[in-house]
Formats: sequence, structure tokens, C-alpha cells
Amino acid sequence: MEHIRTPKVEQVKLLDRFSNKSVTGTLHLTATHLIFVESNSTSAQEIWILHHHIASVEKLSLTTSGCPLLIQCRNFRLVHFVIPRERDCHDIYSSLLRLLRPVSYDELYAFSYNPKQNDQQREEGWQLIDLAAEFERMGVPCDQWQLTDVNREYKVCKTYPRDVYVPITASKPIIVGSSKFRSKGRFPVLTYFYQEKKAAVCRCSQPLSGFSARCLEDEHMLQAISKANHNSRYIYVMDTRPKLNALANRAAGKGYENEDNYSNIRFQFVGIENIHVMRGSLQKLLEGVGTRSLSMTDYLVGLENSGWLRHIKAIMDAAIFLAKAVTVEGASVLVHCSDGWDRTAQVCALGSLLMDPYYRTIKGFMVLIEKDWISFGHKFADRCDQLDPDPKEVSPIFTQFLECVWQLTEQFPQAFEFSEWFLIQIHEHVHSCQFGNFLGNSQRQREDLQLKERTYSLWAHLLSENQNYLNPLFSPSFAESHPVLEPSTQAYHFKFWRNMYNQYDRSMHPRQSILKHVLTLQESNRELEGTVQALKTKLQKFGVNTSPLKPQTPPRECSLPPRPQSLILGAPLLSRKEVQQEEDEEVFGEEAREDAPASTGGERTVEGSSATENSYGELMGSFGSKNEPGVVTLEFGVARMTC
Amino acid sequence: MELSEHIKTANVEAVTLRRPFHPALRGTLCVTSHHLLFSDRKDEASRQLLILIKNIDAIEKSVENLFGYPRAVGSSGTITIKCKDLLVLQLEIPGMEECLNIASSIEVLNIVITSHRQKERLLWDRWRVSKVNSDYSVCPSYPSAVIVPREVDDDKLIRSARFRQGGRFPVLSYCHHRNGMVIMRSSQPLTGANKKRCKEDELLLQAVIDGSELGYIIDLRSAQQAQQARMTGGGFESKSCYSHWKRIHRHHERGKVVQESLIKLVEVCSDPSHTVDRWLSKLENSKWLSHVHSALSTAGLVVECVERDGHSVLVHGSEGTDNTLLVSSLAQLILDPASRTVTGFLCLLEREWIQAGHPFQQRCAHSVYSHARLKQECPSFLLLLDCVWQVWRQFPLALEFSEALLLRLAQEVYASNYGTFLCNSEQERCAAGVKENTHCLFQSLLKPDIEEQYLNPLYEPTDLAIWPSVHPQSLQLWTGMFLRWTKHAQNMEEAREEVWRIVKEHRERAGPDRTNNTLSTHCDTLTPFENLMDELTIL
Repeated sequence: MEHIRTPKVEQVKLLDRFSNKSVTGTLHLTATHLIFVESNSTSAQEIWILHHHIASVEKLSLTTSGCPLLIQCRNFRLVHFVIPRERDCHDIYSSLLRLLRPVSYDELYAFSYNPKQNDQQREEGWQLIDLAAEFERMGVPCDQWQLTDVNREYKVCKTYPRDVYVPITASKPIIVGSSKFRSKGRFPVLTYFYQEKKAAVCRCSQPLSGFSARCLEDEHMLQAISKANHNSRYIYVMDTRPKLNALANRAAGKGYENEDNYSNIRFQFVGIENIHVMRGSLQKLLEGVGTRSLSMTDYLVGLENSGWLRHIKAIMDAAIFLAKAVTVEGASVLVHCSDGWDRTAQVCALGSLLMDPYYRTIKGFMVLIEKDWISFGHKFADRCDQLDPDPKEVSPIFTQFLECVWQLTEQFPQAFEFSEWFLIQIHEHVHSCQFGNFLGNSQRQREDLQLKERTYSLWAHLLSENQNYLNPLFSPSFAESHPVLEPSTQAYHFKFWRNMYNQYDRSMHPRQSILKHVLTLQESNRELEGTVQALKTKLQKFGVNTSPLKPQTPPRECSLPPRPQSLILGAPLLSRKEVQQEEDEEVFGEEAREDAPASTGGERTVEGSSATENSYGELMGSFGSKNEPGVVTLEFGVARMTC
Repeated sequence: MELSEHIKTANVEAVTLRRPFHPALRGTLCVTSHHLLFSDRKDEASRQLLILIKNIDAIEKSVENLFGYPRAVGSSGTITIKCKDLLVLQLEIPGMEECLNIASSIEVLNIVITSHRQKERLLWDRWRVSKVNSDYSVCPSYPSAVIVPREVDDDKLIRSARFRQGGRFPVLSYCHHRNGMVIMRSSQPLTGANKKRCKEDELLLQAVIDGSELGYIIDLRSAQQAQQARMTGGGFESKSCYSHWKRIHRHHERGKVVQESLIKLVEVCSDPSHTVDRWLSKLENSKWLSHVHSALSTAGLVVECVERDGHSVLVHGSEGTDNTLLVSSLAQLILDPASRTVTGFLCLLEREWIQAGHPFQQRCAHSVYSHARLKQECPSFLLLLDCVWQVWRQFPLALEFSEALLLRLAQEVYASNYGTFLCNSEQERCAAGVKENTHCLFQSLLKPDIEEQYLNPLYEPTDLAIWPSVHPQSLQLWTGMFLRWTKHAQNMEEAREEVWRIVKEHRERAGPDRTNNTLSTHCDTLTPFENLMDELTIL
């Protein structure tokens, strides 16, 4: 590419963020990635950084050893290179500056990414998630709710999908009238239908009420939503903003519903802060946890001062309120914020997740994101800084949603089919621009870009390797006994999500993973069961009766007991080559996986445990000449410890 | 290096065994770390032969087809094994490569096993059990028997004891097998304001590090505190008197401060009305996690000295009965696979806490709710359990016991039907006749079948050191302990049961050999040295 002046720099040092360690290697700059390859041949780690992941590049002042280059990524990776020659550093720096700011959508990685699938496979990938089928699953259309074609041409609301569901009694003039009274034309539409109580969750944007304006059609619209539910005489209107913000909006001719003008509504403020507060909060959080030799006190104070967990709790509180209103009172709820695409999406999606076990499965979670985030026009391009950046529009709204789900998985270890790696993976790809799903700001824009013809769907990719994201403790019977999750909102349940915000700081992670281990056991259970079944059928073929009383002899017992080492695994031993492959993947992170779509496994939690990675004390320097003990790979996915 | 790593070929099929008075047998040959196993693998009346590798005196091999076609189909070799009990056997092994491998494995193993033993004897040569404290007159808080360097006689010990607070002279706490380095513990030296010296104490420490090397003294007080201690008769080992020891100061809170931390922590945990911000600020304010952080960091530092840099360590604070024990026992948990089993962990507690004279009665007289004025209460032991829990969080497969065992211990230490945690020292326990009149908690935990809830279903022993991460992000509030009476705990319990279910299912399917093997590895890791240590605790 014409922007790359220096494709390769040797003798580059990569400094560790939290210790004095550094490794030397070669830096490669390609059209899509920045790649660092360690020159040490034994443990040659590679780091692949997608240009779209880079949030900022900073050139620090020259030091004696070279020119430092600090790169911050949106997936919370932070790398610190020292490049020996200032000119090389400047070349890399200016190339990156250009590369990480694509000027048109065509430059995004998704349009050049090719996972070696044919057109048919790609199309099938895009057809995996079908929102019409999803509404059908909820029981819509029904006698009270119908599909309207009013937005077929995106004429009423540009940021809504073509197909929206409204009450039967809401006629087209009412819809159009209501949309004119709502910010950005985002009139009240159905997003989730709680079949059991016929209660609906609807979403919209703020009314343009100013200090006294009213709109009869809008009032009719709310009336229609209320009438569609016979269980309750009233509907809740949740304004997810703090009251002060809503009041301030009135001065600009916007505002909130006046209870006097609307019959039978119960109005409620929730108090989730706006995108600017959230952006600042995350910034503070990352500064806090990125500090070197952080003390426990500084850590906790930093966590508190960032306010991040407070915001997470506010979102969770709102979702719980929503779920309670719908499932306990059987009342319909209308949710809005200002434009109805940030806080509204968070609350609706999280609320539905609490109410409906389907959304806690892998497929269901994809549907949920597709519905409440993608189709209803959460501005992914702006919030995730995909193109033509306006720093004021960037905000970690979707990240917060993922974190809320994570907090729930921590409280309900058996309720979710997926593990946190699924959430982290989605987060990775929201920013990677490798797949078409999250590009652009609205359905309409995505259609204009012809994403379905020109890019691939993330969901197909994730489903193809879904065994990596399974939660081994998931129990479908839990969903039966707990159809509605009732999380506790005690402050101590809100924890810092280390595996997200410090995901690339390897030394921090647990050295052995329960999750991985139990998954391996489960996998091996299934395999053994399979062999037993196969043997049974074989025997039956030969006309031998298998008595169920006699214990089945698994095939692995046939040989003499193997040596203890192999028993550590408790699962089929991977061949050396496979292990190598797995490890490579682990190091490359996600970007590399695309090259080997067939391979399985690969998790990032697992790290070597060694004294050098933990700064225990001042001993380090005093024994500079001592060799570090070699690293022994005990088992893929679990332990790498010093011997 | 594991013994089994020397084994190049573990088993060979279709081997023919010839020995006097027996017909030739065909079967499978298997080499393990200590044995040579031959079996004809017939279900009934199978013939097996088990030979200790130590029993093999000489081994001769003759290989056919040595020249010419190395991988020829018919190639085979014969090994003649001549044992120390004068038995001579012949093994015909198909495949030249296997034959050579087996022969060389046996040869190497024979040498390695011998050197293993010698190394251990060498270790033991340097240390001895001293009964100098048999009437508890030298140090009232020490047990009657302690391990000290062999070359230091009892008189020197008595003098050294006079120079240490409470008579707690340096004794062996742990010996690291891999390199023979040790962890010692003691109380502070009584140097006082005028910098007194004690020749015997210096000699004792000198004997520990065997002259030429360098040792580390981890002083669990800040340098300033150590200086101040001199005003009240205490002090520290000065560089000039202990030239081969390098002193490192790490500040640890003790006594009342830690107790107050716990009180504050429990207070904030039991108030459900806190906002997130208030919760975090109160959690910070309690400083409990800071204590956990510093205990684990210092233990990590000790392990770093012993394992990575190969130096012996002396740990002490002032009295040597709280933080000293905390750090030395955590270091062992990190270093020593044997202390990560149920038995090993309870032995560790017996040795490092009960025998070593942690004053349980004083420290655990009251817990957090009491209105009584604080005297000597300090939750050092609870802090240890919390730290162990943190290690388990980071290495969920490495410990044989579960969180439930830690919780049980936390409960027993404050109030117990058993005599284990009674009194402040072995002397007091002896005087009170604790052993005669009460039952032992550890015994009841271990016998006859340990309850399943105390076991970690995922346990897979590893011989490596398990270095915990001490980044604040890696440490967590021990919810199982401090929030155990919340509704939330129920979901966790169910999840735990699910893990058990999966593991059991796997054990059933994969057969019992797995579990048997983990058991046998335990036995392997309990080396004669530890057995002696265990015996000591029974003494």
C-alpha cells in the first residue's frame, strides 16, 4: 500500500507494561496488521494488531535506546515499542496514523477479508439470524400486535429497520403523527413480547414536548400500546436518563412525557448517565488499572473514582425494573432515552435477557444483539470509532452491555450457555471491522453498503467455533426453574472485569482455568460415551447381547496404564503438533484464527506463572546474572509453570 | 527432573521372559520409576514379575542385526538382567530400538535413584532434631523438638535463644528438595539500643548457609520499624555481624490493626444498603485486601529467593508467631506440592501454626462482633486461609482440598469441639492435657474417608511451584467467607455440585485408573524427609 514507507524494522524492543521485562524482535507493517515477531527462536511470540483496533498512536520523546512508540488499542491492549532509529519510528508512526483512520468504508478490513468461503456459504451465514422468525417465536404478530409496512422504504424513520411491529389499533396516520413528535422520528415500536402476560416492551426516543407541546397521535399511540395488554390498566414509561438531563432537554424543545397529557401512564426516571460521562468513566478506569506497581489501595480508590461500576449498576437496576414490571405486574413498558439508541438499547436488551432464557443461549444472544442493537440502529460506526472519527461520539455503550451480561454470568454460573470468552470475542469484533455485522450506523446504511454481498457475517464464524465459547456448567434445567433471572444488586456483586480490561496483561490471569478443564472433561465424557455406543452397535451387529449391568470397558483401558504424565491430562493427548498450533493461536490472539478456521480451542487466559511476571519485590535486579528457569508446558490450556 | 522422565520406552509387547525353573513366558514389559514389571496379561492366573530397579546389579544386552538393517522386521535383542539377590533373567525384546531403550533406561534409572537417595542423605546430614527444648525452658512457645543445623550443639542453641525475643531461635521450617535451600524462622534478635551481638546466633545462621553462599533475611517490618524496635530492646541483624545475610524489609501490619481491618470488612459486608462507590471506598478503607496482598507478595518473594535464585531464607518479624508463620507457610504452599494435598496442608498447619506456637487462644478469643475491648486478638490464621483461597482461585487444579475445608477451619479456629486449636503453645497444651482429654480435628477430618465436600474435584497434582499473581486485579474478596450468608451463595453451591457431577461422570467412564494414579503420586511426593517432618509433628 502506498502509505507504508517502512514495511519492516528490526531490533525493535517490546516493553512489558507492568514489569521491567522487554523482548526484542522485528516489527512488520502490512496493509491490515501491525505484526511484532520476537526474534528469540524458542519462544517466538507474535503479536498481531489489526489497524482498526488501534485507538491511538503516540510517539514519546527520544531516549538513549531509541524512539518509544506507544500504541493503545480498543480491545484494551497497550503495547510499548522502542524503535532504535528515529526515522523508522517516524515512518511507522505516520503510516499508522494514516492507516488507522480509513476515509471510506471501502477501506475497512471487512471488504478485503476473505475466509475462503463461497458465495453460498456467505449467504447462509447472513441468513443465520432471522428477526421475523424471532418475533414469531415471541408470538408476534398476534391479535394485538401486527407488522407494519409504514417504514418499508425508511420514510418514517431512517434509523429503524424496515419491519417494525406496532399495536393493531395504531393506524398509519397515528404512527406517522407520533413519529413527527419523537426525536429522529423514532416512534414507539415493539421490541420484546412477554407472551405469558401479553405484556410488551416497546422503545422509542424522547418526545419533542418542550415545555408544553403535546401530540394527540403520540398520546393515541401510547394508548394503543396500553390497550393491547389486557392484564394491566397502565403502562410504564421509563426515561432512562437522569431527571436533570431530561429537564435540560426541554429547553431544546425535547423532553419527556407529561403524565397529565397521557392517560394511564406511570412515568419513571432511571438515571443512567450519557455517552460522554461513560466515555470519561472508562478512561479513568483504564488509567487506574493500567498503572505500574499498583497498590491495593490505589486500585480500589481508582475503581471507585472512575464510577464505572456505579454506571454498570445503574443499567442493571433499570433492566431489573423493566423485567419486574413486565413479569410480575404484567404491565407493558415503553423505554426511551434521548435518541433511543444507546441507553434504550442497553435496558431493552438486558431486560429481555433477564426475562427470556432463550437470549441466554449462544444463538439467542446473537439474535438479541441483532435485534436490539443492530436493527434498531445503535450507532456502531460512531460509538466504536470505525470511520471519520468524531471523538465526542465515541462511547463504550455496547461494552457496558456486554459487561452487564458478564456480571450476570458471575451471579448465575449455570444460566448461560456461553462463557465470558464469547462476550470478549464479540467485543473484539465489534471493533475489528472484520465482519460486516457492526459496520455503519443503521440498517439502511448497511443496505447501501451492500454488506451482505460484500462481507461475511460474524455470527456464522462464531457458531462454527462455538465449542470455544461454551459454558460447561450451563444447565437447561436451570432455565426451567429460573425463567426470569432476579439478580442481586448488592454493591459487592459488581466486580471489576479483569479478563476484559486487562485481557492482554497475561501475568494477571489465573494460571489454571476451571472452565477450560471442565470443558475438556465434558468433551472427553462425550467421546467416551460415543465410543461405548459405537461398540454397542457393533456388538449388536454381531448378534451379541450387551448386558447393561456389566460395566462398559472404555477402549483406553486396553493398554497398560500409561505413565503418569499423560494422565495429567485426563483427556486424549494432543499430538505435539496440535499443541503447538493451539499455542500459536493463543499468542496470535484472534487475528490469526482466521487463517486456520478449522482448528479448535485457543484461550487467552492461560499464562505461564513465573516469578518474573509478578513483581514480588526488590530482589529482581540483584540477581541479574541468574538464568531464569525454563518454562515447561504441562498441558495445553492449563498450566505453564516454572520447574 | 522426574524419575519417569528418564524412561525412554515405557512398555513393550510380546517380550519373552526366561528364568530358572520356569517355562519361557510371553507378555508385556513395563518400566516405571522404581520397578520393572512383566505380565503375561492372561486374565486368570496371570503371571507377573515385579523387580525393583534398585535390585538390578548389572545389565547386559546383545542385539541381533546390529549391523546391516537397523529397522529389519525380524530384529530383536536380548537383555540379561543380573540382580543383587543373584537372580538372573533374560528378556527377549522384539525391535532393536526398544531393546536398547529399555536397557539404557534401566541403567540411567539405577544411577539416578541412587544419587537421589544420596542427595537426601546429604540433606539430612546437615540437619538434626534437637530436644534442647524438651522441658520448654529454652523457648516456651516452641515444641519440644525442633530441627537445627547439625553442627550447632544444644549449648549454642540456648545462647542463641537468649538473644531472640521469647527465646525463638532460628529453626528449620522447610527444606527445598530441588536445591537443598531452606526456609528458617525465628523472632527478632535482641540487639537493643547498644547493638549487642551474640556469637552463637551468628554461628547458627552461618551454619545454615554453609559458609560460602548468601542468605536472605526477610524482616516483616519496615526498616524504620526495625530501627525503632531497638529502643525497646529488639532489633535486627546488622550487616556487619551477619555478613553473609542480606536483609530485606517488607512492611506488614500486625495485631490490632489487622483485627480492626477484619471488623471493618465484616461491617461493610453485612450492610446491604451501600452504593457501589461507598462499598468500594469502605472495602478499601478496611485494608483487608491490602493485608492479603502484602502477605502473598512477601511469600512470593521468599519463594523467589529459594526456588529461582537458590538462596536460603530466614523469616522473622518481631515476635515470630504471626506474620512469620503466615509467610513461611504460604511460601511452602507455593513451593511444595506435598503441602497442597489435604494431608499435607493439615500437616503444614500442624507444623507451622500449632507446633510453632501461634497463640490461638489469645488471637481468636473474640471475633468481629464482640464488644469486649481488644487485647491480643488478631486474625492471622484467617488471613492465611484467605491467602490460600486466593492461590486456589489462581490455580484451581493445584490444591487437593476445597474451599469448604478452609471454611471449616475458619470456623473451628474460633470455636471447636476439638482440642486442636486450644491453648497458645505446646507447653500449655501439655500442661492442660489436651491430647489426653480432647479429640484431634485433623484426625477426624482425615478419617476414615474424607468427606467429599472437602476435596477439590479438579485436583491434578503438579510438581511445579505455583507462583500467584499479586496484581491487585488478580486478588478478590473471599466471598465464600465474608458473604457466605447471602442468597447468592446458593447459585455458587449449585454450580459447584455441577462440577462434581461432571467429574464423577468422567471418572466413571474413564475408569478408576485415573484416581488411583493421583493417589500414588501423593505417596511419591512424600519423601523420607517429609516423613521425618511428619513424625516430628507427632512427637
